[in-house]
Amino acid sequence: MYKNRGLIDLADEVKSQRSALLVLGCPQVPVQTSIALYLIHRLRQAGISPVVAGNRSAVTLLVVADPKRHYLGEALDLDRAIDQITEKKRDFDLCFVFIHNDAGVSYAATMGAISKARLYAIIYGEHYDKIVSSIEFPCINIAANAVHNPMPLKKMLDEVAPWAV
Amino acid sequence: MGCIESLPYEVIMRGGSFKECRDYVRKQFGESRDVQPGFKIFDTHIIGVPPISIGLDGDFVIFPFTKPCHGTFLLRVEDKAEADRLRKRK
Repeated sequence: MYKNRGLIDLADEVKSQRSALLVLGCPQVPVQTSIALYLIHRLRQAGISPVVAGNRSAVTLLVVADPKRHYLGEALDLDRAIDQITEKKRDFDLCFVFIHNDAGVSYAATMGAISKARLYAIIYGEHYDKIVSSIEFPCINIAANAVHNPMPLKKMLDEVAPWAV
Repeated sequence: MGCIESLPYEVIMRGGSFKECRDYVRKQFGESRDVQPGFKIFDTHIIGVPPISIGLDGDFVIFPFTKPCHGTFLLRVEDKAEADRLRKRK
């Protein structure tokens, strides 16, 4: 009886586990891979299951940096992730979109329109302030002037602590 | 996922922002339809900041196509069926 109860508890836990989608941008700005791995780590620590979506280069940078998948879990092609969410086959509790250019803003707006997830825009790069001012849709901005050094962006991420919400 | 890349498209604008592409469509084409992100066009879910303006010019469809590393392109594709489908949208 005790055993069965444990199984039921486990099933409930799996069912109720929150999930997060990390939408990667073009990987040409170095801080993206570092901050993505850090965010994945914090989400896991908080019991949130992270899924990464990006183009081949962005995802491969993570796969190579974490060969034993200590941090990285499921990784999806970006177009496939958008297809699944738009077709209501899948959704997430949290969504983080990495933005350093205009295309990133378009992807964030798209996620805001197609997903019910709580939307976070992680904005970085030398033009981060212009990007912040161009965002007119509802989302939580986490922004810093970070190109090579991830620490300013990590600091902002720690202050917002989206994994604790 | 469809294959926009496999269509016989013409690039009307490249290197512009998403907003510039939308403004161009509204100014240059008398006929256009606004859609939401995720709307399917040529079997692909469209990416962009809403409202996304799609231009219509005879049998040509003019729409933004966004890639993470290359930004937004404004493409023109001749397809009567797709143009007719869009015209039916109010």
